[in-house]
Amino acid sequence: MAEQLRMNPILCTGHGMCAELLPELVTLDEWGYPIIDPRPVPPALDRDARRAVAACPTLALRLLRSEQPARSG
Amino acid sequence: VTTAVNESAPGGAARHAAGLPRLLPATPEDLRAHLDRYGPTPYRRRANLLIADIEASGLTGRGGAAFPVHRKLALVARAGVRQGRKVVVANGAESEPASRKDEMLLRFAPNLVLDGLQLAAEAVGATEAHLYLHHAPGPQILRALAERSSAGLDWLGVTITQAPPRFLAGQEAAAVNRLGGGPALPTFQPPRVSERGLGGGPTLVQNVETLAHLALIARYGPRWFRAVGTSDEPGSMLTTIYRPGVRAHIREAAIGTPLSALLGTSDGDAAAGPGVQAWLIGGYHGTWLPLPDAAGLTLDNASLRPFGAAAGAGVLAALPSGRCGLAEVARVTGYLAAESAGQCGPCLNGLPRIAAALAELAGSGHRRQTRADLERWSGLVKGRGACNHPDGTVRFVRSALTVFEPEIRRHARGRCCATDHEATDRTPYLPLPDRPPSREEDWT
Repeated sequence: MAEQLRMNPILCTGHGMCAELLPELVTLDEWGYPIIDPRPVPPALDRDARRAVAACPTLALRLLRSEQPARSG
Repeated sequence: VTTAVNESAPGGAARHAAGLPRLLPATPEDLRAHLDRYGPTPYRRRANLLIADIEASGLTGRGGAAFPVHRKLALVARAGVRQGRKVVVANGAESEPASRKDEMLLRFAPNLVLDGLQLAAEAVGATEAHLYLHHAPGPQILRALAERSSAGLDWLGVTITQAPPRFLAGQEAAAVNRLGGGPALPTFQPPRVSERGLGGGPTLVQNVETLAHLALIARYGPRWFRAVGTSDEPGSMLTTIYRPGVRAHIREAAIGTPLSALLGTSDGDAAAGPGVQAWLIGGYHGTWLPLPDAAGLTLDNASLRPFGAAAGAGVLAALPSGRCGLAEVARVTGYLAAESAGQCGPCLNGLPRIAAALAELAGSGHRRQTRADLERWSGLVKGRGACNHPDGTVRFVRSALTVFEPEIRRHARGRCCATDHEATDRTPYLPLPDRPPSREEDWT
């Protein structure tokens, strides 16, 4: 089942761990807040995505089941 | 700002006709006058029954989002009572400073709003009812509640809560937080308040005008409601109108009414008074429209959508020639930036920068990169908040940058159309609260 990243912008305080662990799907804006790729997480990045979620100090990042099929890649 | 009803209401049976206004009588009406005009509250004596009528009527929320009312009703009706609670809220927080229609409605037709609140409560099977207000409750609403209570009219008692004077205090989740005793701050959704709202109970939040329409549909039916408006967007809506040479006023308009009939046109015809350079549709989360390009548009979202605009909560403003649009936009955006709840990083960081850049454009001789900064920051805040404050602010700002482009070029050369114009008027045109908001201020 494909999953996608979902970020709670109120909890996020811009630590930037997610961008460090998952640069393929997360970039930081000029103030240090993450910009998240809204597409389903491709299987190849599944492990990194889980690590990014676990590393978020404010628990702002989550993986939710997605209705769209995962991209290959 | 003074408010005035510019038409008087027909009484008695005339109500059943399609004529406007439907909601606002000529003077505030107490319970006796209300019952004379409308008869008793038409309870259905069973949950759910009203919802099919509301669906057939096509009524949408009049608080700004135009969400189909029957869908929210059905969601809350289907949800079970949770933590012993199911809640309905009449939202009269009207925290948009340019909108005065809910305040007017609560003063002139409080019993229509309270009928709607009780009927919605019955339809969804609520266990409690709330009225959430921008101001301390006025004498009309207090009297209405007291009279209804002694007449035994109400299905549920009504708890009144006053909102803090903040722009976002009327946002749905913020309202629920405030009713729960917390600060009036938006939250991250889901869960939606219709699933899990006040005290964990499913919660229906409807604007007070929406509830007044609902109370009329419950009496006269969907076909009556659809006698005005367009087939896709039926009914009427209250608007707060600002135009040159006329006091700000509230007017109930059929959806689909030509905007030029409400706001005047750039020709400066007799009805419009002085010339108009642009329209602002939908208030401070709304859209600036250029004239004469937009002169043929009508007050409905199907007409406005191609221009990126929506009717919102019905704030309509015509900016006269001889006022500086950039100065107005910079002033309002400064207010919107200060009204960020400060909870989400992009909004907290982006809106003050956007506001400062607009202030620079409204001065003379801005730096070369300011326009590019504005575009980039607008893109960075959009869609990244827990509520729609960044998106609404960006809609306002981006439309202004397009409409006032020639003005930006004049300011870059140290000029301004307002100073070129004979009847220069530097006083602020669009209303803002007297007291500037402060970040430290309590949200409760």
